[in-house]
Amino acid sequence: MAEIEEKLQNMEINEEEVDLSEFDPSLKKKKKKSKKTEEAPVEESAEVAQEAAPAADDADIDPMAMFGEKKKKKKKVKVEDDASAAAPAEGGEEGATGDVGESFDFGDMKKKKKKAKKVDFSAFEDGLDQEGEEGGARDPDDIFAAEDEEGAAGRSGAGKAGGADAEESWVGTNRDYTYTELLSRVFKILRQNNPELAGEKKRYTIVPPSVMRDGNKKTVFANVADICKRMHRQPEHVIQFLFAELGTSGSIDGSQRLVIKGRFQQKQIEAVLRRYIVEYVTCKTCKSPDTILTKENRLFFLQCEACGSTRSVSAIKSGFQAQTGKRAAQRA
Amino acid sequence: MSDIQNFNSYDPFADVGNSIDSASQQEYIHIRIQQRNGRKTLTTIQGLPASFDKKRMLKIFKKDFACNGTLVEDEELGSVIQLQGDQRTKVMSLLVEEGGVDKKQIKIHGF
Repeated sequence: MAEIEEKLQNMEINEEEVDLSEFDPSLKKKKKKSKKTEEAPVEESAEVAQEAAPAADDADIDPMAMFGEKKKKKKKVKVEDDASAAAPAEGGEEGATGDVGESFDFGDMKKKKKKAKKVDFSAFEDGLDQEGEEGGARDPDDIFAAEDEEGAAGRSGAGKAGGADAEESWVGTNRDYTYTELLSRVFKILRQNNPELAGEKKRYTIVPPSVMRDGNKKTVFANVADICKRMHRQPEHVIQFLFAELGTSGSIDGSQRLVIKGRFQQKQIEAVLRRYIVEYVTCKTCKSPDTILTKENRLFFLQCEACGSTRSVSAIKSGFQAQTGKRAAQRA
Repeated sequence: MSDIQNFNSYDPFADVGNSIDSASQQEYIHIRIQQRNGRKTLTTIQGLPASFDKKRMLKIFKKDFACNGTLVEDEELGSVIQLQGDQRTKVMSLLVEEGGVDKKQIKIHGF
């Protein structure tokens, strides 16, 4: 009998370990993946979660029965974890705001890069939709992605409901509550008391830079003006940064497009833009992108609109420029 | 006694002065990339501390990365190491591992 109890305890510890390992921001990635691939299993798991809780009850009352079922139950617990993982996943997303790189849609894009190109574009567009603006024509793939998003939201809701059912199940019995149950309880209370905390987070998104080749040696960055407007930055400042980072020069053509000397790909420009955002747009204190850049006697200051903090940012320096090209042309 | 923070004799309002630490924190080593014709690129390393023997470093870089390179003297920026090809990450790891440079002190630019 004591042996069994020990095993029971071990199992609970195991459960906790599983939970802990799942409750981290990297879970976001997992969730994203499951969103696309699994449709049915999650619904199932919500049901299983409901089943699993009573099963746990039974186990407490009749240890022998539980012993017989042990293997099966273990599996169920795992599934339950998955179902409830949907709830903390949202928390994880909120937590991800801490990581500057993650909070932009760019971050997502990078992760998904390994998949088809269409998919990550739709991720971008998804972000746009959340902002309530639409960028260009949407292809059927996009709509599909949007539907996926909704489905996922509904499903996580279902998971929550399942969790809520299971949550108070320890009340009548004399067994101990598990970590999962307490976790879902915390999230439920949090959601009830301050909906703005648990509500859908408005994500900071930026359209992907549309970059194309102009002839053999020049690159056209078409939507600079749009991106600058979204970041609330002067195009000159952004362009200066781009040129300094890429180590080239260029100009703006008639239709507000930036022509950069040299060959650059979209992802390269994107990486530089991301660095610009980290350096000159996001508030270091609260990670809010809602900031303004002001110049006070030759120094740039970044003031956050959300938390009011001010910090100085370094001026853009292009640094050493090695001589490329012909020396004769240089002299002329 | 000195475990208690309040008892430390450090004066937070004292002038910072330019201690070596803060000065070295400010001085970044910039590693940049520049495009040349075609697929060719150039890596420049700027802002190396004066205590480093740049000539010897260049020699090591050239040998390790199997590339050519040169030392360029600039009026404002001092001597700059130029290497052929994109050697940015390699330079960084070498500087951190062999040169004992802090990773935060190095800034990699470019795409």
